[in-house]
Amino acid sequence: MIKNTKKAQKNNILSLEDVSISYGKFEAVKNIFCNFKKGDITSLIGPSGCGKSTVLRSLNRMNDLIPNCSLKGTVLFDGTNIYDKRVDPVEVRRRIGMVFQQPNPFPKSIYENIAFGARINGYVGDMDDLVELSLKKAALWSECKDKLNDSGYSLSGGQQQRLCIARTIAIEPEIILMDEPCSALDPISTLKIEETMHELKKNYTIIIVTHNMQQALRVSDMTAFFNAIEYEDGDGGKVGYLAEFNSTKKIFSSPKEKTTQEYISGKFG
Amino acid sequence: MNSLFYQKNSSRNIGDKVFTSLSLICVVISILPLIFLVTYILIKGGAQITPELFTLEPNPPGDDLDAGGINPALIGTLIITTIASIIAIPVGVGGGIYLAEYSKGGPFSRFIRFGVNVLAGVPSIIAGVFIYALIVSTKILFGSMYSGLAGGMALSILMLPTVIKTTDEGLKLVPNELRYASLGVGASMYTTILKITLPSAFRSIATGVVLGIARAAGETAPLIFTALFSYYYITGFGDLFYEMGSLAVLIYNFALEPYDAQNKLAWAASFILVLSILSVNIFSRILAALTEKTKRV
Repeated sequence: MIKNTKKAQKNNILSLEDVSISYGKFEAVKNIFCNFKKGDITSLIGPSGCGKSTVLRSLNRMNDLIPNCSLKGTVLFDGTNIYDKRVDPVEVRRRIGMVFQQPNPFPKSIYENIAFGARINGYVGDMDDLVELSLKKAALWSECKDKLNDSGYSLSGGQQQRLCIARTIAIEPEIILMDEPCSALDPISTLKIEETMHELKKNYTIIIVTHNMQQALRVSDMTAFFNAIEYEDGDGGKVGYLAEFNSTKKIFSSPKEKTTQEYISGKFG
Repeated sequence: MNSLFYQKNSSRNIGDKVFTSLSLICVVISILPLIFLVTYILIKGGAQITPELFTLEPNPPGDDLDAGGINPALIGTLIITTIASIIAIPVGVGGGIYLAEYSKGGPFSRFIRFGVNVLAGVPSIIAGVFIYALIVSTKILFGSMYSGLAGGMALSILMLPTVIKTTDEGLKLVPNELRYASLGVGASMYTTILKITLPSAFRSIATGVVLGIARAAGETAPLIFTALFSYYYITGFGDLFYEMGSLAVLIYNFALEPYDAQNKLAWAASFILVLSILSVNIFSRILAALTEKTKRV
């Protein structure tokens, strides 16, 4: 078991190499170098406006959907730069799934919510089995097995978010990106989602953006602390950068940077 | 010390009363034409409704014993409007999809939106003259001149801006999160639009389409230049390439006849036309109400 973990630690599934992302003329984040390891949960923390969500969205090319957003540098996934001109963003998103801040189920039945992604990705197996398995993995099966034909909107917020997780799992991605998945949820639902994440860790790599430092501490193996500094020319605009990246334990017990120490102890943010 | 009681004769209160009654009179005047028009048509036209009206051909004017029925015009209006819908709905919905989903708000899409607004303001007779010049006078449609097909094309020009605009607006109302959700599970743009965004916007698009149809069905001017008029039953597919009657043009022609029988027929046709456009409009309101409900789910 220990051997496996060590081996996994060597495997970088996703690497950012000198990535800078801009909205129009304004740089949002600058010169990010970062390696995400296979099978880990990595959390991205930092004050508002430091670009952590921007970085997360760049990992499966969701930023393509935002007008004027451009990226410099390389994002290596499975040995390929996903920003290469020949890469199809649709293929990238099939292998790197995403769960959003607001639960956003489709206006369809619970069953169809899960079947949709699988079907368009050419899934040929037994759909009933897949729906059941995905819901079980997202810890939602026992709560909705009797109402699979009800609308996805009939569920509570926390259940909807787990439905969105189940929907993402159903397409068997290699990485799941989560953008503040619990910020719209109550503490009990949050706890359930965190439990779900621990289960998912066995099969998937998870990268999560969170504002909740306790959550980062509870769920993640690695933590990346992003911070924002004012531009050198001093017109008040801010640019984000990766301040510190280490194991969660180290970030929270003995951070190297002073700003990290200040952020996790609540002095700013 | 002024009394706290209401003073009937103070200039302020008199002025207030005058202004209130003035605005009330204005609103009555503005609603009167609608009430008179509808009741007049209902009374004048409603009296002429007989079963034969729907089955017979109109008799040529001059034979003032019996005017006949409006069957060819009724069927003609249905056919011409259907042709217009077949052309305008796919093109309009497609154009709306481009504007709302694919275009990124650049100069090209702004130009298209502006153009659509201009097209919506083009007088209907211009659409008729345009199709006359393009189709009728050139005999480009297999040598036929005035035809139901040309009439449908003229009406489709009038429907097009309504359909494009409502599709564009309807799709813009679909929350972006839904698009992200679909793209996030690896759907392509086209699957997302076809399976997620279009169904979500379906009812508001349908409402716009129905309103477009209602507008087109009542148009006269474009049809005078394109479909002209016919007294004879529509018997087969080939009739599409010949002159075709329509309710609006029938009213126009027969209302100007000096014979009483023809005038009555025009009243009857007005009754049918107003009633059908009214019901189509009500239908679109019901559709819109349904949209409101589903959004709140």
